[in-house]
Amino acid sequence: MKLIMAIIKPFKLDAVRSALTEIGVEGMTVSEVKGFGRQKGQTEIYRGAEYNVEFVPKVRIEIVIDNDRAERIVEAIRQSAHTGKIGDGKIFVYDVEQAVRIRTGETGDDAV
Amino acid sequence: MTGNTYRIGVAMLALSITAFAFPASAAELNGANTAWILTSTALVLFMTLPGLALFYGGLVQAKNVLSVLMHCFAIACLASVLWLFGVYSLAFDEGNAWIGGLGKMMLSGVSFDSLSGDIPESAFFMFQMTFAIITPALIVGAYVERIRFSAVLMISALWLIFVYAPVCHWVWGGGWLAEMGVMDFAGGLVVHATAGTSALVIVKMLGARPGYPAQLRPPHSPGMTMIGAAMLWVGWFGFNAGSALAANGSAGMTMAVTHISAATASLVWIVIEWLKFGKPSLIGVVTGMVAGLATITPASGFVGPLGGFCIGLMGGFICYGAVGLVKEKLGFDDSLDVFAVHGVGGILGTLAAAVFASAGLGGVGLAEGVSIGDQLGVQFTGVAATVIWSIVATLIIVAITKAVCGLRASDDEMNEGLDLSYHGERDYNF
Repeated sequence: MKLIMAIIKPFKLDAVRSALTEIGVEGMTVSEVKGFGRQKGQTEIYRGAEYNVEFVPKVRIEIVIDNDRAERIVEAIRQSAHTGKIGDGKIFVYDVEQAVRIRTGETGDDAV
Repeated sequence: MTGNTYRIGVAMLALSITAFAFPASAAELNGANTAWILTSTALVLFMTLPGLALFYGGLVQAKNVLSVLMHCFAIACLASVLWLFGVYSLAFDEGNAWIGGLGKMMLSGVSFDSLSGDIPESAFFMFQMTFAIITPALIVGAYVERIRFSAVLMISALWLIFVYAPVCHWVWGGGWLAEMGVMDFAGGLVVHATAGTSALVIVKMLGARPGYPAQLRPPHSPGMTMIGAAMLWVGWFGFNAGSALAANGSAGMTMAVTHISAATASLVWIVIEWLKFGKPSLIGVVTGMVAGLATITPASGFVGPLGGFCIGLMGGFICYGAVGLVKEKLGFDDSLDVFAVHGVGGILGTLAAAVFASAGLGGVGLAEGVSIGDQLGVQFTGVAATVIWSIVATLIIVAITKAVCGLRASDDEMNEGLDLSYHGERDYNF
């Protein structure tokens, strides 16, 4: 099993969700996060005064999936979250040791 | 206020003001005028609660928004009680040229039938009370996010007694500036110049917000600020047009020029932003609105539509410049621009009133034998006296407050946010 974690632009969440639903993904976890990367922060101007917003809002999605489908999912996220501008985000893939469905007690691939 | 008297002419000013100071027994109650003043009273209270509170609340960080709402609400209650106890008397009772007497403490001698002009004195008392509420509440914008709550109450109370009451008496209560024929229709001097100047003094003595100027957080809710600003605009009709103290042509024109000035200054503000930063902002358009309203206020009953438009243009340009000047060049953390918008606007409008009141520019006309230059001299005297008195008295008031209950919140309290530190609540529980 793989854990796919992607940090994306918030307004791309809906596009990513539909792209993943189309290829059969049945669940994901979404969190609102903040951070900075090469984009650094951004500058906002109120009444002529500049405010440096050092941490930019992003959305983090997490999906645990069997090994076979992981690559397709990574590609689907990459395409649907892409704008070509700085700050599009990153995708990370981790190995997952175990998964348990709490309701039934199923484990491994059956649980995800 | 003097708008009513001004139509009759400056020559009769002293006489008319006497009519306000003593309930004229000969006058009959006018139902239409009374209805409009009762309505205006509600409109002006609505400016503070919740208008100004939301306007200011949206401009601060989420951890301090509740404290700002609380400041405005508590000041409204405090000012109301003090107004009854004696501030009304100090402002409007017969006294000397400098201060009113104490004859109307607790509204003594004012009955159900007492009249002020041709409206009930109780209505006049209430209408004026709403001005005494919003003026110290305007100053809240200067000291947000770092002041102790006890200091807010103490400064506001002393300020009403020692700054608002005397200046109000000088200008509207038959004091020395009224005798000179100063023109302040709805509070350029009494409200905006006093609040704006005192704001700077408090800022100087209190210090800046933590992180000022490089590491400030942006306003937490410009949308809330817009909602409050819109309420201010509506309420300002009562503020200015109500100051005619009558439901008449003066009130109608006052409302018209008030609106025109607000709209014009709003547009000026966003055009400047658009040219300078490439983006017109919501906070910009509503700040321009307040600048336009503050600037037209002293002139509102004296000028015509052309005057309203020109004053809006000036208010937008000059207040915009003042914001940058105070914050960047002078380094005052007047956090929500009380001086730059209200102080500068009120002073500018007081001076502009002398020019645009002239009949040649579509105004009601200056008193016979008074030139624009003469009137400008009087207006300038009014501005200088108001500014100097506000600075000196506020210096003393803040020094006393600092000694008695302390001024500045501790670093820990500011980190935690004034909402939790002083009120044990937060505005947003997600």
